[in-house]
This record gives sequence, structure tokens and C-alpha cells, in this order.
Amino acid sequence: MSGNSAILLAMAIPLAGAVLIALNAKRPNLREAITLGTAGLLFIDVLTLLPEVAAGGRPSFTLIEMLPGLPLAFEVEPLGMLFGLVASGLWIVNSIYSIGYMRANKEQNQTRFYVCFAVAIASTLGIAFAGNMMTLFVFYEALTLSTYPLVTHKGNEDARRGGRTYLGILLSTSIGLQLLAILWTWQVAGTLDFTVGGILNGKVSGPVVGILLLLYMYGIGKAALMPLHRWLPAAMVAPTPVSALLHAVAVVKAGVFTVMKVAVYIFGIDFLRESGHGQWLAYIAAATILIASLVAMTKDNLKARLAYSTVSQLSYIVLGAALATSWSVIGGSMHIAMHAMGKITLFFCAGAIYTATHKTEISEMTGLGRIMPITFGAFLIGALSIIGLPPMGGSWSKWYLALGAAESGQIVMIAVLMISSLLNVAYLIPIVARGFFQPAPGHAHEPAQEPSSAGAAAAPRTGSAGKIREAPTLCVVALCLTASGCILLFFFADPLYRLLEPIAVP
Amino acid sequence: MIAANLPALQIVLPLIAAPLCLLLRRGNLAWALALFVSLAAFAIAVALLTQVLDSGAISYELGGWAPPWGIEYRVDVLNAFVLLIVAAIGAVVLAYARRSVAQEVPTSQHSGFYTAFLLCLTGLLGVAITGDAFNLFVFLEISSLSSYVLISMGRDRRALTAAFQYLVMGTIGATFIVIGIGLLYMSTGTLNMADLGARLPAIGANRTVLAAFAFLTVGATIKLALFPLHFWLPNAYAYAPSAVTAFLASTATKVSIYILLRFFFTVFGPTFEAEEITLNNLVVPLATIAVLVCSTVAIYQGNVKRMLAYSSIAQIGYMMIGIGFGTVTGLTAGIAHLFNHAVTKGGLFLVLGCIVWRIGSCRLGDLAGLGRRMPLTMFAFVLGGLSLIGVPLTAGFVSKWVLVQAAIEQGNWLVAVAILAGSLLALIYVWRVVEVAYLRPAPDSAPEAAEAPWSMLIPAWILIGASIYFGVETSLSLGVAEAAARFLLGGAG
Amino acid sequence: MDIPGLFNYWIVIFLMMTGFYVVIARGNLVKKIVGLNIFQTSVFILYISMGKVEDGTAPIVIEGAKGVGAVYSNPLPHVLILTAIVVGIATTALGLALIVRIKEAYGTVEEDDIFAQDEAE
Repeated sequence: MSGNSAILLAMAIPLAGAVLIALNAKRPNLREAITLGTAGLLFIDVLTLLPEVAAGGRPSFTLIEMLPGLPLAFEVEPLGMLFGLVASGLWIVNSIYSIGYMRANKEQNQTRFYVCFAVAIASTLGIAFAGNMMTLFVFYEALTLSTYPLVTHKGNEDARRGGRTYLGILLSTSIGLQLLAILWTWQVAGTLDFTVGGILNGKVSGPVVGILLLLYMYGIGKAALMPLHRWLPAAMVAPTPVSALLHAVAVVKAGVFTVMKVAVYIFGIDFLRESGHGQWLAYIAAATILIASLVAMTKDNLKARLAYSTVSQLSYIVLGAALATSWSVIGGSMHIAMHAMGKITLFFCAGAIYTATHKTEISEMTGLGRIMPITFGAFLIGALSIIGLPPMGGSWSKWYLALGAAESGQIVMIAVLMISSLLNVAYLIPIVARGFFQPAPGHAHEPAQEPSSAGAAAAPRTGSAGKIREAPTLCVVALCLTASGCILLFFFADPLYRLLEPIAVP
Repeated sequence: MIAANLPALQIVLPLIAAPLCLLLRRGNLAWALALFVSLAAFAIAVALLTQVLDSGAISYELGGWAPPWGIEYRVDVLNAFVLLIVAAIGAVVLAYARRSVAQEVPTSQHSGFYTAFLLCLTGLLGVAITGDAFNLFVFLEISSLSSYVLISMGRDRRALTAAFQYLVMGTIGATFIVIGIGLLYMSTGTLNMADLGARLPAIGANRTVLAAFAFLTVGATIKLALFPLHFWLPNAYAYAPSAVTAFLASTATKVSIYILLRFFFTVFGPTFEAEEITLNNLVVPLATIAVLVCSTVAIYQGNVKRMLAYSSIAQIGYMMIGIGFGTVTGLTAGIAHLFNHAVTKGGLFLVLGCIVWRIGSCRLGDLAGLGRRMPLTMFAFVLGGLSLIGVPLTAGFVSKWVLVQAAIEQGNWLVAVAILAGSLLALIYVWRVVEVAYLRPAPDSAPEAAEAPWSMLIPAWILIGASIYFGVETSLSLGVAEAAARFLLGGAG
Repeated sequence: MDIPGLFNYWIVIFLMMTGFYVVIARGNLVKKIVGLNIFQTSVFILYISMGKVEDGTAPIVIEGAKGVGAVYSNPLPHVLILTAIVVGIATTALGLALIVRIKEAYGTVEEDDIFAQDEAE
């Protein structure tokens, strides 16, 4: 198969899957089989692109000329390759997990859920493989819109409010700021193609660079740079598989991926570094890292804590772009994959805990580790990876980021990275500790709690403390897969590095 | 024979069919005839546009009298494009109208409805095709008078007052235009617009010409509902029968914009000094305010039809911003948006008509749960709404993209930001509807609504589909708009 | 300023403003239509008076020797305004028809009362 048709297929497969899923709404088993099959096919399709890209090839494909001089064009480069692999690979795992989760919780509108999921993945791959900023923007918006029904899946007042924040922030930043920046770039540079070394170099200078950078960085609301991070916690009303997809795979990664793309291919890292405007961006990113970590510590709701942790982790990647050295860019890009693997594990665990016990608050999870050892074990692995301790993948990306900070002489940033790791320890490890080392609350409390969760079917109660009661098998399988992924990434970081090298050293 | 007389047939066909409709008396027969004629008109418009694109402007001497004494029909890129828009929307709306009109208009008035509709179509096509200034006024009045009639046929009694209000405003606007035309005739002795354009530069900007310019500008802006002369529009659109709203929203104001374009750029020419001042200092600011104010007002409407009416005024603001810039890019954006908005808003009003047909109301609260009960209809609304907001891959995005580009080209950052802010306001008013329809459960008392009939759904989807199609394939909309813009700016220079 | 020479314009402006004022200021719909008529009439006069050529006679061709060198008024504006008058009559008729329907629906032709009734709904 040639690279060009593989690119087209990468978007066509999930879309075709969406149609098939919609047609088989009445046959849940077939529908889920299609979801899994589509995910598998897609991953294989993306994999076929890998050898060519790794060898330095840049498969490209032009769909149509949308506006004069601005075609919908695709080109696969290492960064996009990495993102595409992460997204399509984790979709398989996420699908396995979704099936277990959605069935166990008897969610409504499952067909709509799977359809939107597939469309969102198609948009994500569109972003990953976009060949110019215009194409990227088109799919960026498509992703926002296709995930909106997922965020508001529950359809109650909470979901409505969360959806409003979600859509409001993401669309207003992208239309209000990003589009303006794109138009401006188009006006001064006369092209929007992603070019190694950037397209703005020599076209703009002085404060204009700063303004453009500001428009881009805050225009990419999905990167959740403070103070535009509010949508992420708001989106927590969604079912957990959605949170896992949004926070680990599709939406936020699309955001930071776009940040990377803009830094590397629109500005060019040399230009960005020499202009000096990366400096303040680095400070904003550093502030976001620290503040979000601190906020995460105050959250008792597990998903909310993870959400703020995501906000903080995303800024690592923005920081990598802002420092604009070859190490930092590689570190930032690597973190896309590492954080994806770690955070999806954590969310899977949160969902598994909810499915098994209907508990969402951390303070209620005392002693749960003894009932759900596999889940909590996986949680520990994910947490270690986020913290950045060997032998987890997350350690590599932090290592390279720190190297990058050192290279640019920004010792402060190294300190920020260190403090942040400590903060990560502080807000993630207690959850595990509480689960494993503190005994479950006595049976005295149980009868009072029993009726409240009586309506929730299928889920075992904590009343049976001591016995092992894990979440549905499919959920457990999925989270084991991603947890082992975190470990594997530690040992296979080298191929990742080789793949990414060309973007930093053109 | 037929090919040579296409410009005349474009007008004569619907004009003759109109009284025939009345004679037929039976509503369905009248509808069939009207539909047939409108399809023919559409075919003619397509033929004319291809002919113009191939071989340049067509001049047709009505009755064989040579201009400037006789009336000349003159088809160039710009009005061929407008003809196409009007005829296409007319045909789609008529295809849609049968079921909708059957429900909303008393049976005894059906043949009258189609008569008035065809007359309105004739008038709008006539305005677009004629090369004679006074003839333009006559056609304008034909279309206006018949549209007052159409609006007054709405079910609500407020339709009557809305029609009356429109009648007063419309007549004032048209009278202003006729005064302007008279003053121009006084100073040049010709009524042919191309001829006027050739003679005016020699006369220069004396007081008579300036007065003519002022009257024409105000007259045209009343008809096209430029803020703050828009007060007739929301009620007229809100209470007219659904099909009429769709038709008028996507054609009547657009043709008025065409009138303005024609007078500004063909008759007075882009170098006319007062025009430049008016465009830059009056039209652009007013249009920008229109975008912001009317989008905001739209957010607070409880009636979805009224909301879309206010949105129309805001969208007209976008077109006028583009025209106000007076550059090739600006005019391209304005003309392209004229087309894109006609398609989008026409589609949205048709969708709304489907909803009214089924649940008998278009109050926001009554739409609760419709996403589940009328999935195809509501999904069409979502797509149309996205185009209104200007999300990529929709027609609305294309024209806004060019428009912002024009603003940046001029260094007019304030306007560029205002345009984008307008998009965000549109997001709010569109999403209010989406949220109610999809996320609020239907009240238990709500009837078990099903989809609207296919004969309504298909035309609505044709327009909505077109608004997506023209967001991806822009060579027709943008290409022709740019050709028209170049023609307008180069033709008189 | 040459007021006597331009007196026709002054009449036009006076009529126009009168009509305009009536349309805006009167709440009675019938009076609005009357105002609109006065407003339109001003334009008719504008057109008719503009066709006047000094010492010109009626634009009917004079046969024979008398016709040589005869000065005619310009007939075109008259013809044009004939059309405009027809349009004006149609507008008036339609306006009055609407008023009849409004009277049936609301029981009044006063704008304020109609507005109050709409508000009450």
C-alpha cells in the first residue's frame, strides 16, 4: 500500500466505521465488533506509514483545493506519525475498555457514543497528518464538535453546563484567536504549509512575533494553558472512557500537538529562540505546571484531580516548545506519548473503580486496593510514569526536557520540573497508599450506604470487603495493557527518539 | 431563437405564469405550474451564467429598441450570479412550499399565494437583469408589493401589521430610489445604467448628483435592512409563512444589495469621491455595529424564527463590511457571502418550516427534545447553524475567511476582531437552540412528533447540503464572486 | 438664492416633508397611508416639472410649417411618472386592504392600540 492512500484511509476507516456502527444500532454485539475491528484496521493502516516516515520519507496527499492556494493537504512527518500512532493505538485499548464500561454502567445512547468516538478519532488523525495549518484548523474544529456530544453524553443539567464551558472556551479561542493568527500568518507569509525551519522567519519581527505567538498559544485552547484551562475540568462530566480519550489521546494531545507544530513548523525553533519571545511563554507554562499541580492536591474527586494533573502535564509539552531547543522539543514531543500512556491508565483505573464500587471521591477509597489489587497496581504504575520515575516511560521525557532547559541555560525551569515531580508524588501516591495500606471502613457504616447505591446494578458492594471484586474483565484487560505500555515505553524510548530526531535537527 | 431571447424569457415566463396561476384556482395545479416555471427560470439562469462566463456580458434590447432609448437587459457576471441565486432559491422553495403552504395558508388563498410568489420572483429577477434604472424601480415595486401580500398571509395576525410596517418602509425606500433616479436623469438625460456610468464622470460631483447619490444610498439601505434601518425586517420574517420567510430572507435583501452594488460601482463608479467617504466612514462602521448589535439581540429572542431574522441583519452586516472596503478582496467577500448566506439562511428557514409544520410552533421552549423526535431535521439545523457561525468546511467559513483577510489587508484590525466576535455571538444563539433540542427532554405532553414529510425535508437538505458543499468546493462561489468584484472595480475605472 | 426660479423644488420638498412627517407622527394607519400618498406625490411633481422645457409646448408633433423649429417639453419623465403613479395606486390599494384586515383582526386602526394588544399576548 502506498503512503498516500494510507493517509486517506486513516481518515476513511474510522468514518466508514462510524457509518457501519450507526447502521447496526440495534445489534450491540455486532456494533462493538465493528468498533474493535475498525480500531484494529486503523492501527495497522497507520503502522504501514511508519517505515517510510522513519526512513525519512514524507508521504503526502492533497484532497481538494478548498480556498485558492489553500488545499486540504496532508503530509506525514515524525511528530504527526507519533501522534497518529498514539491515537490509533490507544483507540483499540479504549474501545475494549469502553465496551466493558458502557455495558456495566448501562449507559444510554451507546450507538451515538461509538459513532462520535469514531468521528473524533478520524478528526484526530486529520490533525496528526495535516499538511498545512488550514487543514489542521479544519480538523481541530471537527474534533471539538464531534466530542461535544460525548461530553454532554449524560444529558442532565451538569452535562449541559459542562458542555457549554467546553464548547464555549474551545470554539471561542479557536475562532477568536487562532483563526486570526492563521489569517495573519497567511497574510504575511503567503503560505500555511508546515515547513521545516518555519515560515515566519524573516517575515515578521519585533513585537509582532510576540503577538502572533500569544494568539496562537491561547488560540489553541485545547492545550489548556492557564487561564484557559477551565474547559478540561468541566468536561469531567463525561463518562470515563471519554475522559480517557479526551485527556490522554485525542483532544488535549491535539492541542499540545498543535502547539508543537506551530512552534516547529510555523515559527521554527531557531527563529522562536532567537526572537526571545519563547521566554514569557516558558514562564506561563511553568506557572501552569505548578499552579495546576497545587489545585490538583485540593481536589477530592478523583477525576477532577486527574484533570488538573493533565493541565499541569500538558504545560510540560508547551514548555518544551517554548524553550525551543532541540532537546526540549524532543522531550516535549516524547511527552505526548508518555503522558498519553500514563494518564489513560489512571483514567481507566478511575473508571474501573467507579464501575465496581460507584465511588468517585478519593476520601471514600480507603482500603479499596485490597479489593481491587490489579486496578490499584496499574494506578501505581501510571502514577509513577506521570511522576517520571524509572522504569516508567515518563522518566525519559522529563529527562530530555530537563536537558533542554539546561541547554538553554534556564536553571529555573529545571527547578520547576523538579518541584512539579514532587507535587505529582504528593497528589498521586496518597491515593494508592490509601487504597492499599489503610483498612477499609468498618462494617458499621455500611448499612447506611447500602440503599443509596442499591439502584446501581451489577456493581459489587464494598460491604464485602476483603474479597477481590474487580471491575468487568474488559476494563481490567484494558488498564493492564496500558500499564504495561508505560513500562515498555521506558525500554523502547530509543526508537521514539530516532523517529523524532529529524524535527529538532533538520 | 430561444437561446437569443433567454434574457427576456427569464422575466416573461414567470410574469405570464403568475396570472395563469390565479386562473387555475386549484392550489395544487397552481403549485405545479409555479414549480415548473421556477425550474425553467433556474435553467435559464444557469444557461445565462455559463454564457456570460464563456463569452462576456450579454446585451439584450427589449422590443428591438436600441439603448439608451429602449430598455436594455444587460447580463454580466454580477447579475448573472444574482439571477442564479434568486432562481435557484425560488425553485427549491417552491418545491418545498406545497405541504407547508397547505398547512399555513387558508385553502382559498392558495392560487393567490402562488401568483404572488411568481410575481415576487419576476420582480426580483427583473431587478437583477435590467440595465435600465427606471425599469429597475418598477421591478423592485413588483417584487415589494407581492412580498407584502405574501407576508400578510401568515397565520398570526401580527403578520398583517408586519406587512403594513414593511409596506410603509419599503415604499419610502423605493420612493427615495426613484427620486435618486430622477435626479440622475435630470443631470444626464439617460436612464441606461451603463450609459449613466459613462456620462457621470464628465459632469462631476455637482449638487444634483450628490443629492441623487444620497437618496439612492438611503433608499437602497432601507430595502436591504442595513442597521439602523432594519426595523421592518424581524417582524416581517417572523410572522410570514415559512416558505415566504425562506424565500425573502435569501433573495429580497440580496437583490437590494445588488441594487446598491450596481449604483455604487457601475453608475457612480468606484472613483466617485462621496462614495468612498460613504463607504469608509458610514457603511463599514454601521455594518460592524450591525454585526455586533444584531447578533447580540438575536441571542435574546425566544422565537427561533425571529432569532434567525436578527441573525440575517447581522449577516447583511458582514456583506456590507466587505462591500464597504471597496477593494477586490472586500467585494469578493461581500458577494460570496451574499451567495453563501442565501443558501445557508434559506436552508435554515426551510428547516424551521419543517419544525413549524410538525409541532406548530417555533418558540425555543417548544423545541425541547426535538433532536430525538426529528433527527434529520434537527441535524440539518445544526449543520446550517455551523455555517452561520462560520465553522470550517461550511460555506459561512469561506466568506468570513475572505472577509477577515480583506480587513487585515486594510489594516483594519478592529473590524477583523469584530467579525470574529460576531461568529462567537452566532455560536451562542445557534447553540441555545441545539442545547434545547438535544439536551432538554421533551415534555410529556408533547405529541409523538415524527419527521417532516419528504417533500419538505429534501428541499431543506438540498440547501443545507449546498452550504456544506460550497464550504469545500469554492470555485463557483468564490470564483464567480471574484470575477464579479473585478468587473465592478475595473469596469468603470 | 434663486428661490422663485427653483420654486417647484421647494414645493416638492415641502410636500415630501409633510408626507414624511405624517407617516412618522400619526398613529392612525389610514392617515399613514395618506401621508405616504403625499410623500409619493412630491416625487410625481418632481418628475413632471423636470420635463418642462422653457417655452416648450406639449410634446405632440406639430404638422406642417408651424412645426419647424418648435420646442417641445420632454415627454419621457411624464411617461415614467405615469408608471410610478400606477405603482403608487397599487401601493395605496394594498395598504388600505391590509388596514381592512387589520381592523378585522384587531378591531382598531390605531397603532398604539395594536401595539398594546400585541404586548398583552
